[in-house]
Amino acid sequence: MSRTAPSQPPATFREGARAAIPLCVVIGAFGVSFGVLARANGFGVVAPIVMSMTTFTGASQFAVVSVLADGGGLGAAVLAAVLLASRYIPIGLSVAPVITGPAPARFVQAQMVIDESWAVANRGDGTIERGTLLGAGGALYVSWLAGTALGVVGGDFLGDPEDLGLDAAFPALFFVLLASQLKKRQNVAAALAGGAIALVLAPFAKAGVPIIAASAACVFGWWRR
Amino acid sequence: MSDVWAAVLLVGAAAMALKAAGPVVAGGRDLPPRALQLVSALAPALLAAFVVTGTFTSGRSVVLDERALGLGAAAVCAWLRAPLLAGVVAAAVVTAAARAV
Repeated sequence: MSRTAPSQPPATFREGARAAIPLCVVIGAFGVSFGVLARANGFGVVAPIVMSMTTFTGASQFAVVSVLADGGGLGAAVLAAVLLASRYIPIGLSVAPVITGPAPARFVQAQMVIDESWAVANRGDGTIERGTLLGAGGALYVSWLAGTALGVVGGDFLGDPEDLGLDAAFPALFFVLLASQLKKRQNVAAALAGGAIALVLAPFAKAGVPIIAASAACVFGWWRR
Repeated sequence: MSDVWAAVLLVGAAAMALKAAGPVVAGGRDLPPRALQLVSALAPALLAAFVVTGTFTSGRSVVLDERALGLGAAAVCAWLRAPLLAGVVAAAVVTAAARAV
């Protein structure tokens, strides 16, 4: 697994990208389904591709399409997407130490941070493997964009990703990475609290709120030390 | 401007800003020890929340469906210390098989 001993050399971008190839297949398939869904709901060809280029976080993008398609209006669509993306504030702070260079360069590198690249680059002690983060993020960016483009022009040749069980791939990835981090008691406490908060809030709160509330559980884990 | 383009531009700008906030403000410097402690607990808390919402929720409903079997397969793989990819593939295959039955 990705638990790198201090004596090993740091992962290069290429190694990070290679490690992400299986994930690229899954993300690419969801990119196709995003493109298909957006096109079918009147987004045209260019807007979905621009959205995947700039937003590059699937949950927010699917939320915009479904809220607008349901007639929820612009304000509700933007609010839903921003709530879902708000987790990138704590995630961004956790990767900040390895995002180096002048401010514009840091801005660009930060765009390669998504749940999956952050999760695989996490060493489990609060530190981040820079090569894995940026290499995996870059590879996932390319496959998300390519998948979106295929979806808007090519239609739904893939069928529903859920028929392939691909929606279960993401929680499985996060679970296996989580399991490798449960040697410390404070991590177990934070995981239990985070999972419980997300589950309890899910029926009552807008999508994204349970996730950002769960990140408050890290305060709980810290306080328990 | 259409709602579609307004949403694309607004959400794109917001997502880029949210992702960049931490790295632009605090990039390239080690976090203070207290912040590092907080951040080190962030990963398990957020990962657990992703697992729970990705497996046991559908919209605003808490559900128990085929994805739970997929997660079980991933848990077995983690317990056997199988590679990451094995857990991910096992979860997808088991979930798809359960849906096909």
